[in-house]
Amino acid sequence: MNKIPNRQAICEVLMEHAKEDRDIVVLCSDSRGSASLAPFASAFPEQFIEVGIAEQDLVSISAGLAKCGKKPFAASPACFLSTRSYEQAKIDVAYSNTNVKLIGISGGVSYGALGMSHHSAQDIAAMSAIPNMRVYLPSDRHQTRKLVEALLEDQKPAYIRVGRNPVEDIYEEDNTPFAMDKATVLREGSDVLIVACGEMVRPAKEAGEALAAEGISATVLDMYCVKPLDAETLLKYAESAKAVIAVEEHSPFGGLGSMVAQQVGANCPKKVVCMSLPDSPVITGNSKEVFDYYGLNAEGIAACAKAAIGK
Amino acid sequence: MDNLKAKAYELRKHVLDIIMAGKGGHIGGDMSVMEILVTLYFDQMNISPENADDPERDLFVLSKGHSVEALYAVLAEKGFFPYEEVLEKFSRFGSPFIGHPNNKLPGIEMNSGSLGHGLPVCVGMALASRMDGKKNRVYVVMGDGELAEGSVWEGAMSGGHYKLDNLCAVVDRNRLQISGSTEDVMSQDDQVERWKSFGWHAISVPGNDIDALHAAFEEAKATKGKPTVIIANTTKGLGSPVMENKANWHHKVPTAEEYEQIMKDLDARKEALLHE
Ligand SMILES: Cc1ncc(C[n+]2csc(CCOP(=O)(O)OP(=O)(O)O)c2C)c(N)n1
Ligand SMILES: [Mg+2]
Repeated sequence: MNKIPNRQAICEVLMEHAKEDRDIVVLCSDSRGSASLAPFASAFPEQFIEVGIAEQDLVSISAGLAKCGKKPFAASPACFLSTRSYEQAKIDVAYSNTNVKLIGISGGVSYGALGMSHHSAQDIAAMSAIPNMRVYLPSDRHQTRKLVEALLEDQKPAYIRVGRNPVEDIYEEDNTPFAMDKATVLREGSDVLIVACGEMVRPAKEAGEALAAEGISATVLDMYCVKPLDAETLLKYAESAKAVIAVEEHSPFGGLGSMVAQQVGANCPKKVVCMSLPDSPVITGNSKEVFDYYGLNAEGIAACAKAAIGK
Repeated sequence: MDNLKAKAYELRKHVLDIIMAGKGGHIGGDMSVMEILVTLYFDQMNISPENADDPERDLFVLSKGHSVEALYAVLAEKGFFPYEEVLEKFSRFGSPFIGHPNNKLPGIEMNSGSLGHGLPVCVGMALASRMDGKKNRVYVVMGDGELAEGSVWEGAMSGGHYKLDNLCAVVDRNRLQISGSTEDVMSQDDQVERWKSFGWHAISVPGNDIDALHAAFEEAKATKGKPTVIIANTTKGLGSPVMENKANWHHKVPTAEEYEQIMKDLDARKEALLHE
């Protein structure tokens, strides 16, 4: 059982590079502990900025730093980062095109029992709707590491959402297939296509295995790059599938499912079923309880896939 | 008054049991805010389950919503719901007794949890009361770390501008937030001057002292032509040396041993107050 949450993988990569690259700056809003960034703050005090509980300030300061050549990574709970400082992300980051990487931690329903103020079920929709903003939901710590390394190489805005708890590895330490903005194909099949992102990749993968055991062949895609969506890979597998299932830890509107449906609808029309959180305050509980309740687990996904292809 | 002082310690014991039962909770801020809530609910505010729908009732918003366990203990003591129900349901799957105030529960006016919302919302409530010629008062409790949110100062500006003397804000000045001392995170040690410059009447008091809080709330009521802020200088985790003034007790479930010790300390302080 993996014990390292994705947020910790982010901290590790940033610490590895911060020594060489003095322009890397990490910013937190009383969130260094929750972001697993306390080790960075201690090791690189000159490259760490604490702004207090002020998410708008966090994002605008990051934009100012980026304008002057720094490479800021601003980390705060996804719920606050994606909504409280939304306009700062839109204007100061995306519109002004500053090299700010927004790290939304404890995303989705990670803060289950704390209620809707702490759930971020709107962040994909909100951030994706901003021109020049990219949106990434890595599935495991190995992929998170590859993603952050890739993001260190470019100069453009991005929003990354990770969950709070460690998730089971999807990939292996020395064998993590990764191409920037390209979905990772976890298995190939011709009956049904399952597309997932973030913490939903694990149950999607397991659903693919369960379906195979029943003689149903599924393609499973890890669409960590929600925006820009890898339409090429999506459509390649959608073409041959009888139905497409999109799975995400997000509201039913404007997230991965909406984008998948848009692409499939326009290019190879067929049934698309979007599995997501509901359009109501999410029931409170820990992530597993919440996922099980809404069928966002391997059994639920497999059942949904079977129903979609009439089996 | 004396029984209120002891009550604050009895309710701290309830908070501890609620947190143990739900396996989670923002214990430090619950303990620092207790006398503020007890003074408001048992000495100052015109609010009870009987008048919960009365448009003339006083209005309260816990802007530092993470201290909800303290609010549950106080609301249960007021009779809004049974204490046993809180113990049974807090933080459980599908329960309305979640980790922040939510107004599906009786006695809770507004949902909170995201810091920096309560004051501007209360400015709206105070404006509405004035428009309708009501005599009620509006109270909001904020954390000191919370004061870094810009929205707090937008609310402070409008409260001052509209001279809302029916509005009273309380700052739980426990000098700690998640990452440590407020002065290290984002310094703010001139709160009284700050609020005064925004047109508020500002009072700084020992914030775990019910007599001092009572006097401050009375002074606020008597202050006309401007809103009042009470800077309540409190101790985070108050009740036991195990948790007092410790940043890592912001959110924590005590171990079995810590629980025993804290209970013992709370009992001792309560007893002392009963026989004072
Ligand atoms: C807008 C927002 N940002 C961040 C948080 C996460 N958070 C919860 S409690 C807390 C610290 C609060 O410190 P303070 O206001 O001093 O409260 P207290 O010490 O009374 O617990 C933070 C940062 C939040 N709830 N809302
Ligand atoms: Mg504080």
